[in-house]
Amino acid sequence: MSAGTGRLIAADRVVDQVLEASRSDGCVVIVEEVSQAELRFANNTVTTNGTRRDRDVTVIALRETEGGTAAGTASSSGATDVVNLVRRAEANAAAAQPAEDAAPLVAPGRSDPGSDFADPPVMTALSGLGDVLLGLGDAFARASAAGVRLAGFAEHHVSTVYLGSSTGLRLRYVEPTGKLEAVARADGGTRSAWVSTGASDLAAVHVEELKERLDRRLSWGERKLDLDAGRYEVVLPPDAVADLVFLLGEATSGREAEEGRSVFSAPGGATRVGESLSPHPFSLRSDPFAEGLECTPFLVTGASGQDVSVFDNGLPLERTEWISGGRLARLQYHRAGATRSGVEPAALANNLILELPGATSTLDDLVGRIERGLLLTCLWYIREVDPTTLLVTGLTRDGVYLVEHGEIVASVNNFRFNESPVDLLSKTIEAGRTERALSREWNEYLNRTAMPSLRVAEFNMSSVSPAT
Amino acid sequence: MANVELDVEFLALPLDAVRSAALERARALGCEHAEARIERIRSQVVSLRDGRLETSADDLELGLGLRVVHEGSFGFAATVELDADAAAALADEAVATARATAPAVSERVELADEPAHGEAVWTSSYDLDPAEVPTAEKVALLEDWSGRLLHSPGVDHVTAYVLTVVEDKHYADLSGTVTTQRRVRVHPVAEAIAVDAEAGGFETMRTLAPPAGRGWEYLLGEGWDWDGELASIPGHLAEKLHAPSVTPGAYDLVIDPTNLWLTIHESIGHATELDRAMGYEAAYAGTSFAAFDKLGTLAYGSKVMNVTGDRTVEHGLATVAYDDEGVEAQSFDLIRDGVLVGYQLDRRIARLMGLGRSNGCAFADSPGHTPIQRMANVSLRPAPGHGPSTEELISAVDDGFYVVGDKSWSIDMQRYNFQFTGQRFFRIEKGKLAGQVRDLAYQSRTTDFWGAMQAVGGESTYRLGGAFNCGKGQPGQVAPVSHGCPSALFRGINVLNTRTESGR
Repeated sequence: MSAGTGRLIAADRVVDQVLEASRSDGCVVIVEEVSQAELRFANNTVTTNGTRRDRDVTVIALRETEGGTAAGTASSSGATDVVNLVRRAEANAAAAQPAEDAAPLVAPGRSDPGSDFADPPVMTALSGLGDVLLGLGDAFARASAAGVRLAGFAEHHVSTVYLGSSTGLRLRYVEPTGKLEAVARADGGTRSAWVSTGASDLAAVHVEELKERLDRRLSWGERKLDLDAGRYEVVLPPDAVADLVFLLGEATSGREAEEGRSVFSAPGGATRVGESLSPHPFSLRSDPFAEGLECTPFLVTGASGQDVSVFDNGLPLERTEWISGGRLARLQYHRAGATRSGVEPAALANNLILELPGATSTLDDLVGRIERGLLLTCLWYIREVDPTTLLVTGLTRDGVYLVEHGEIVASVNNFRFNESPVDLLSKTIEAGRTERALSREWNEYLNRTAMPSLRVAEFNMSSVSPAT
Repeated sequence: MANVELDVEFLALPLDAVRSAALERARALGCEHAEARIERIRSQVVSLRDGRLETSADDLELGLGLRVVHEGSFGFAATVELDADAAAALADEAVATARATAPAVSERVELADEPAHGEAVWTSSYDLDPAEVPTAEKVALLEDWSGRLLHSPGVDHVTAYVLTVVEDKHYADLSGTVTTQRRVRVHPVAEAIAVDAEAGGFETMRTLAPPAGRGWEYLLGEGWDWDGELASIPGHLAEKLHAPSVTPGAYDLVIDPTNLWLTIHESIGHATELDRAMGYEAAYAGTSFAAFDKLGTLAYGSKVMNVTGDRTVEHGLATVAYDDEGVEAQSFDLIRDGVLVGYQLDRRIARLMGLGRSNGCAFADSPGHTPIQRMANVSLRPAPGHGPSTEELISAVDDGFYVVGDKSWSIDMQRYNFQFTGQRFFRIEKGKLAGQVRDLAYQSRTTDFWGAMQAVGGESTYRLGGAFNCGKGQPGQVAPVSHGCPSALFRGINVLNTRTESGR
């Protein structure tokens, strides 16, 4: 047992205690403090709610052994019994072979990032939901009167991470994350719309503004039309682009590409780095310092994966272009993998930005230039079908509209699509300006995204879905 | 139940003092209902890549969650500080949350009646506690599995991992029900990859062994033939890599339980959750075509279709003795002779819809989350008596495919239109298997598909499949669930070619 009982001691003290208790050849400790408030609603009433305080302590113990360095990890929530936790990590290291991802632990460096290390974690509360609580009651009453049902979710989450290691590294970072999502359903659910906002602070988010956006989309659906499956020109708003482009970010594994098991593999053990993916000079990047999308500027991981290593904890994260000028520019590598492959290490940050430099058009501008096509306001249940092409399947949801001569003329049935996010870039006709977006499918994994609207040719609607 | 051995260390926690402090304070604050859960969840992942350890990480989560109903509003609060003062303060926090949200609550929360069950203990059916098995032993076993695959011709890469979870839960509510339960589950997986280095492209073949409510003995051969399965994978993989690409069209399908469980999960399991059908998941998971006004009349499928929900099957991942609202485990009908006859319920929805007692489907995935309606083991019954074998079902197909193992899945938000792929697809010609094809996906609408089910296999074909990670709710919660089913025969199902779908 290494979760104890009783009250919590300060996070920076836990880091010190772990390092004092460590008997291994190297040690990394991560304390993540979480404070969360949430509110869910449906059928014009609040359904569930909650506030939560959490703390996770993760210890990574290193052991020098014949042929390299072995690592073992253990983590525990709550008021941790530090000595037991450290011994568990050490036992895992003792059972492990030399790690393929071994590299010297990250040393303290750069400026003086540790100066706030003794500061307490930042907390949120129901009040962190801003005016959502106040605004909802009124919004429900007006929706009910108009025959509309609202459903959605508001959440404010603050993570404060403390990272320390036996090299003297001490890093702390506060990452606040918020969102408000809402669906409005009218005509017995046959007419619906979804809108959302992602923000680090919900104080600037207003239910009234969200309701106006919902009403605008609902009004597009007053005329209904049935269309068959087929390949259509489509326009995707930034939120729906985020649904697909998230999967591009996830596909940037260097190791998988080199092993021949990814869409970015080339025959003979090579990768497609350098290859053009689009006629447009798109930039796909992660950047911890991007304005409005700031996120943890150093690597934090409790478990190694194919391109991410526990040895790299604390490694500074920088602006990294995965696609640059429309060409595949980088793939993910931990330091050990990068050395083996003769490339620079690269890791995703907790944000993702797709941009066509110079693009200024809005979603409305793109719609205005469509002769005949579909506006897909949101996508859902997206799953990989064929990793060799990154073919994914999914559905349209809560608002598909027919556009003719630049005007939205009717709402149409939903479709199942089969498409590849890689092909999305090559088939793009036109991209709009990049703005904050919230992927409906993946926002719990990645809230911080900025995407353009895209006009795409030949989008494969494989079949009709009767769902509403 | 036999062999109820609760964990000594868990019982040594101040369970009584902490939950009593929370519940007494909730009662003093005037709550009409309150339930406290102290949970300890020990989970571990050990994963190997090409026979080398990639990750060995174990986690211990311990905390207290408290949900109250106060003047008709829910309030939930959770903490990792396990002492009596913190627990009492948590009750104040939960009531404050209920009060703060009350102005936006237009539907008063009331819960269906459930008898108090007093003090009860239960453990799931297992022999070896996976948390007590040394990590070195786990690594060695996966090294052995990886080695067998890697040393086979045609296998270029191997991924092998095991997830283990041991969940100890102490529950108490204001009615006087106090339960202490332990659930143990394991999910071992091995996957072989073959790369076509010259032409590009690759194929994979994964073990079909389902995750199970069993202990470490499962990996040692109790309940699954690992030696046989690992030996068969390289041959299946080599055949798949060079198999012809499927010609799309309408075909008869015999679907193996290793694939069909997931189709049941998506098109029946989620569709018969009454919270969904009533619009309470409309913003996220979606609603259901199986609308409440069609209860008792909706033709869900053919006459051979009988589906139950249960919390009771041995080794089932959703099996427990009591749910997170103190409701005793039950078994109930969802579809009888092809007609929708029931839904999965929690206490709020059972009361709201006038359905009497809850059938025990309220769960939270951790002490930090509020209970929501979660899926029972939803299972398709085999044919009564000496029903057909899988071979007999195949022999009834002139032109079709036998689909084995799950892979890709997707279904719409009302649970109509779905698309599934699989691990392997065998051509059936004139009642006989005639080699694999590749690039196959089947696509259908739920009632069309189940309406096209002409025959279900007998008891001998029945297997439990399942998943650790069924997602629902916001913030997202995951739940383990099993689905039993026989092999079954479907007529005239739409088959796609996934290469053609990608425009290649």
